[in-house]
Amino acid sequence: MSDISRHTTARGDVKSGGMPSLRALLTLLAVLLLAAVPFIAPSMQLLINLALAKGIAVLGVTVLLRAGQVSFGHALFFGISAYAGAFLMASLPGADLILVLIAGVLGAALSGLLVGLFVVRYRGIFFGMLNLAFSMIFWSILEKFYHVTGGADGIRLPRPTVLGMALERSGFEAVIFYLSIALMVGLGWFTLRWFASPVGQIFQTIKTNETRLEYLGLSPKRVLLSGYLLSAILCGVGGSLMAMTQGVVTPEYVWWVRSAEMVFIAVLGGAGSVRGAFIGALIYEIVRVYASAYAGDIWQMLLGAFLLVIILFAPKGIMGIADGLIHRGGKRRATTAEEAR
Amino acid sequence: MNLTIFLLALFDGISYAALVFIVALGLTLIFGVMRILNVAHGSLYAIGAYATVSLTGFFLALGFAPVFAFPLMLVSAVLVGVLLGGPIEWLLLRRIYDKPEVLQLLVTFAVFMILEDVQRLLWGTQPYFQASALQALGNVTVFGVTYTVYQLILLPLVAICLLFGLRFFLRHTVIGKLILATTEDREAAQSIGIDADRVFLFTFVVGAVLAGLGGALASPTTSILPGMGADMIVLSFAVVATAGLGQIEGAAVTALMIGLGRSFAVYVWPEVAVLVPYLIMVLVLLVRPEGLFGSPVARKI
Repeated sequence: MSDISRHTTARGDVKSGGMPSLRALLTLLAVLLLAAVPFIAPSMQLLINLALAKGIAVLGVTVLLRAGQVSFGHALFFGISAYAGAFLMASLPGADLILVLIAGVLGAALSGLLVGLFVVRYRGIFFGMLNLAFSMIFWSILEKFYHVTGGADGIRLPRPTVLGMALERSGFEAVIFYLSIALMVGLGWFTLRWFASPVGQIFQTIKTNETRLEYLGLSPKRVLLSGYLLSAILCGVGGSLMAMTQGVVTPEYVWWVRSAEMVFIAVLGGAGSVRGAFIGALIYEIVRVYASAYAGDIWQMLLGAFLLVIILFAPKGIMGIADGLIHRGGKRRATTAEEAR
Repeated sequence: MNLTIFLLALFDGISYAALVFIVALGLTLIFGVMRILNVAHGSLYAIGAYATVSLTGFFLALGFAPVFAFPLMLVSAVLVGVLLGGPIEWLLLRRIYDKPEVLQLLVTFAVFMILEDVQRLLWGTQPYFQASALQALGNVTVFGVTYTVYQLILLPLVAICLLFGLRFFLRHTVIGKLILATTEDREAAQSIGIDADRVFLFTFVVGAVLAGLGGALASPTTSILPGMGADMIVLSFAVVATAGLGQIEGAAVTALMIGLGRSFAVYVWPEVAVLVPYLIMVLVLLVRPEGLFGSPVARKI
């Protein structure tokens, strides 16, 4: 069974043949490069920040792909977290950034628990579509109850204070930027460890053989629920960061296009790959900004077409291609000592 | 709530349910036979509506009578089925029948994304309105409530004809029996000489025609906007899931439930009207996870 949601067992640390060190080195280099962006390319900072926020949310979708499930509605948690932050700022002006983040994550976790309890009874089509239905429900609530939610215009999320200090715009942007990088590294690491943990291993068995899991006396529903909670929280962190970066939340945060985008990036990066989620998000955001000038009208069409191409011809996504290159490079260096490019 | 409002809500519900049922019928037929949930179904619905509006506008401008709008609806539906449904099955779905469910879902979702932009490119973002078919049939007064003949009589009539027509077609014609045989056991059907590929192509085209027809019939009653496809796929999925995937008669019952629930909510508590279909779905699925008429599938080990 070869499909997109099986990544090449990228449990980084158990990879054979000297590969983990190269992988870790490349990851470290990439993180350092990202951290240097405000100095070497200040104009890219905002863009990269949005990409990182999206990447953390995409990581949530990636987690579910590891269990062989796809959700077309995870923007729900992205949006709930963003709105929770905005409501907090409205009722408690000058609240701390950490508080906004916690409120967002709590909102996402709570709604993730409620929705999760319901959707973990399903797999495949129902799982994907029920998630979509829930996100559409929340979207119409946001649009209809405009006296509370601001309707289609959304609500402003004023700049929160940082550890009691009210920062200027540039200072705040720097804080958010490095917070995003720290969260990316921390949550990415945590997710990798979670995949390797007993719960994570059982979680991934839902994809390979759920029946066997039941015969072992384990509850697939409970395990899927824990993974679902993790994915909702990750989406929540992404949404909260995005909202604080943009300073405004709109129903567009929950719209199905946003969920589709997350699924697209997860598949593009390499379904099931933690690093792939962030690489995918970075590539996606950068291409989108430059392409939207030329192809704004047909953007979704391009995404759809590209999604088809990946699924049919490169089911392991960018990480699969990169792995292939590294692998081939390693081999060739061993034999001919020639640099493979 | 007095009688007039009750009747209005009832009529709204029935005409709405008829439309949703026609679209859901195509969705559930395709799923029942091919085990694929076609997310692009919503786009086919929207394109059916757009095509009808454009064709009707064109022919009315040439001086044809408004009654001419009815055959044009059929023409648009068939065009959608043959020009879009055919290639989708033939070029894409055929490659992925043996792939996991999630992958199939992603492929039809990708088609959906593409078609949403195609609509915007061809018809722009401004709303269209073309009600000549609605006006051509006039009004009828029932217990003091005046309602359009088109919505109160024609739409339910078409829905009922399709329901019984499809039942008859599947059970009493040769092609229908071929489809049922392929649904039951694809390999066994192939081994007795049934061309399963052609059966699937045919089924998908019929399903796509139903989506297009739903859009065509809906076009005189609402304004045609971008995004109507996304709404419809979620709504028709709600209908189909509440009934149990693949249940044709069940879809009729749940369409009526959801249609009536929604239209009564419009008069009682308008803010939540859009939520009612999903609330009904969630409530039903909480109690019966396979849907009202679905039966639990025996698991193969």
